[in-house]
Amino acid sequence: MTERIDPRTTDLSRRDFLGAAAGLTLALTVTPDPLAFIGEGVSGEALADGLLSPNVWLTIATDGTITIVSPAAEMGQGTFTALPAIIAGELDADWSKVKPVFPPEWNEKKFGNPGYDNYAFQTTASFAVRGYFKAMRIAGAQARRVLIDAVAAKWGVPAHELSTEPSVVVHKATNRRISYGEIAGFAKAPPELPKIEDKDLKPAASFRYIGKDLPRVEVPLKVTGAAKYGIDAQVPGMVYAAVLQSPYPGGRPETVDETRARQVKGVTDIVKLPEGVGVIGTSVEATQAAKNLLKVTWSDAPGAHHDSEKALAEFAAIGRDNSRQGVPYESVGDAKAAMRGAVKVYRGEYRTRYLYHAQMEPMNATAAVSPDGKSVEIWTGTQGATSLHNQVAKLMGIERTNITLHQHFLGGGYGRRSQQEVVIDAVRLAMAVGKPVKLIWTREDDVTGGKFRPMTAHHIEAGFDAGGKLVAWHHRVVAESVAAYTSIANGTPPPPLDRVVMKGSPIPQYPIPNKLAEHVIETGRARLAAFRGVGNAYNAFAAESLLDEIAKDRGLDPIAFRLTLSEGQPRMQTLLRTVAEMSDWTRRRDGRGLGVGTMVKDDTLAAGVAEVSVDRATGKIKVHNFWAAIDAGLAVQPRNVAAQTEGSIVYALGHVLREKITIRNGRVLESNYSDYEVTRMSDVPNIEVRVVSTDNPPTGAGEDGVPVVACAVGNAIAALTGVRLRELPFAPERVRGALGA
Amino acid sequence: MVAFTVNGMRRELGVDPNTPLLWVLREHLKLTGTKFGCGIASCGACTVHIDGQAMRACATPVSMVEGKSVTTIEGLSPDGSHPLQRAWVAEQVPQCGYCQSGQIMQAAELLARNKAPSREAIVEHMDGNICRCGTYLKIISAIQRASREG
Repeated sequence: MTERIDPRTTDLSRRDFLGAAAGLTLALTVTPDPLAFIGEGVSGEALADGLLSPNVWLTIATDGTITIVSPAAEMGQGTFTALPAIIAGELDADWSKVKPVFPPEWNEKKFGNPGYDNYAFQTTASFAVRGYFKAMRIAGAQARRVLIDAVAAKWGVPAHELSTEPSVVVHKATNRRISYGEIAGFAKAPPELPKIEDKDLKPAASFRYIGKDLPRVEVPLKVTGAAKYGIDAQVPGMVYAAVLQSPYPGGRPETVDETRARQVKGVTDIVKLPEGVGVIGTSVEATQAAKNLLKVTWSDAPGAHHDSEKALAEFAAIGRDNSRQGVPYESVGDAKAAMRGAVKVYRGEYRTRYLYHAQMEPMNATAAVSPDGKSVEIWTGTQGATSLHNQVAKLMGIERTNITLHQHFLGGGYGRRSQQEVVIDAVRLAMAVGKPVKLIWTREDDVTGGKFRPMTAHHIEAGFDAGGKLVAWHHRVVAESVAAYTSIANGTPPPPLDRVVMKGSPIPQYPIPNKLAEHVIETGRARLAAFRGVGNAYNAFAAESLLDEIAKDRGLDPIAFRLTLSEGQPRMQTLLRTVAEMSDWTRRRDGRGLGVGTMVKDDTLAAGVAEVSVDRATGKIKVHNFWAAIDAGLAVQPRNVAAQTEGSIVYALGHVLREKITIRNGRVLESNYSDYEVTRMSDVPNIEVRVVSTDNPPTGAGEDGVPVVACAVGNAIAALTGVRLRELPFAPERVRGALGA
Repeated sequence: MVAFTVNGMRRELGVDPNTPLLWVLREHLKLTGTKFGCGIASCGACTVHIDGQAMRACATPVSMVEGKSVTTIEGLSPDGSHPLQRAWVAEQVPQCGYCQSGQIMQAAELLARNKAPSREAIVEHMDGNICRCGTYLKIISAIQRASREG
């Protein structure tokens, strides 16, 4: 492959971008995306000054280098390649000349995601390609038009006689060619930029980079140690910080005994924070050691009394109690009436536990506040640049324009880095000591201060009519609200609906005439955040498990049953047939079971089949094979869609086999990878992913393997053993117990 | 004072001998390619070579490398051309990339001992290195490619 980024490059943002200014800079006015996406912002924060058309900037230097702004966080999902490729394709740029950069300024009006109603810089919910796709195509096409118009004027030929090849404008009639770099030497962007309409965009058959596999641009940096993450920031004069956090949400430090911590060589300051105590010193090791020597008493808060296992049993009881009304998330027809009229009603209960993101780079941030306290520089990797700016501006009482964010690559995000509490603490500490502060959480801090996927209890009823048709579906989810937790933590009113928790619960792939999905909200217990796979993960576990139980009772093949249920949903039916073929579904395997699961998340569809065996003596499950098919509309980078799907299956396998967070007396009991056991190489089955690219608009592809794993594995165990596992994780002792061994 | 060699360069540092090698490399020597993951030798993100042996820098006091030779990801090859680095790019292994310095250093020890490891030998050797993005199958493919292509 061509190595486009100098491995010595350390700063991919402002300096490089401005440094490339010797050439043609196009301020491209892009019309608002006509695709009216519903905002899915977790934070609920709105821009003070409302909506405006975003502008997308690109710079063409006289040496032909094309610098393209890529506004999404890069956490391994590949948008630092996929987004510039969308612009480069319409621009007809030579990809080897393209240099992606993070935004030179964090101005939503220019670079924000049109997929969000507030145009937020928020890389969550697999919304980057989906949200930016149309705007970036328009930007690329518009830039190409500007180049053509400039050449037409210079050569005195009609624009329509000119065509483009990668980074070259061609006049076939006179056999003349001129490179984009040469054009940059004389062209000026016109005062009014050409307007681009849908008909001006390339037809799919002419896509240059969409649907082709480009090597990811930052991969060479990630094999030499040169890629910079937030934790790698080195700022002159900086000191280090560790923070002892409240064990539970809302705990404030009441008494702090610093005696022993102060004795650690290198410790200079100890600073009370709203929900923690910061230790400042001249080395990482000093601050970490001293933090562990602090003796702090914390104020009481509801979370201090939380016992997760006890509460989960209570949640399950609430799930059964129909008098406890939930917040309706989606209602179709009249599910309750249809259930009363049903001749046969199936009921299923399922439980899932808190999960920890376990991103490899512990949370960290470096902050430097100016002496007058009116501006700040921040070095970190964030999924939420907009919420970062809003929260820091509020904390310091300054304008957002006085915040300089140096975005870095993210050492894993999965939703965790949409949260800003570490950035905020770093700024507070930098203000307190008047020096740049690099705050690094230990792994133990990262686990016990984690913001988890909520634990859930599910109660589902499914009613059949006399004709044997599934006519009523009622899914009750009892769980805390991630949206409410996040809003309250940010000082904004909690929204009534929680799209994070409830996503996937309406099972749109199965058009049942009467459906009700409701959320019984139990608040005030744990710290929560969006989590790769969101509600789809546990909602699919519950729904797809019950569907398999129904199929078994009615003597139906699980895939045949789902094909009937998904009548009128050809995209899902294609995926079901695809995984049936990939797994050779009807072939029996001695000692192994097959199970299927499906999901739909924001118009992305996935189906998966797991092949498993169980050691009955130990209760240990082994997943041997996993076949998955994904339809995320038009696949912009198909190989990357497959890699994301494969990676998300591996991610979820740990959730299914072992991972859980346990809270007792408000304290998280797990502390590190030694007792929070994520997927390791020896757990990983053969995985085969088929990307089914369709001519639908591109939708998310970063997390869609997650929801099909728990249900497919659980269904496979049931097919093999006849025993239904109703609780995650499928830990050996639970499996052994269920099998009655 | 602790004296040792890092990537072929002799270093003498006035640090507390109990300081983990990880923080000496990252914050004193600014060799940030070696990553902090867990602090208890449980994830492998900080893997470096000490006299050719893969070790977890987070659980290695700097006093233990006195007089020894440490190689970090920055010193594995002068220009990213080690067969494993080339294979990692060819197979497009990294996603977030944070664990990959440690993965490559761990794999380099394996190939130095065993030029053609079986799949089972690869999994056994690599099982202590966590990749939360789930690139394990691509890591296996890359090690096999590097073994083939040298």
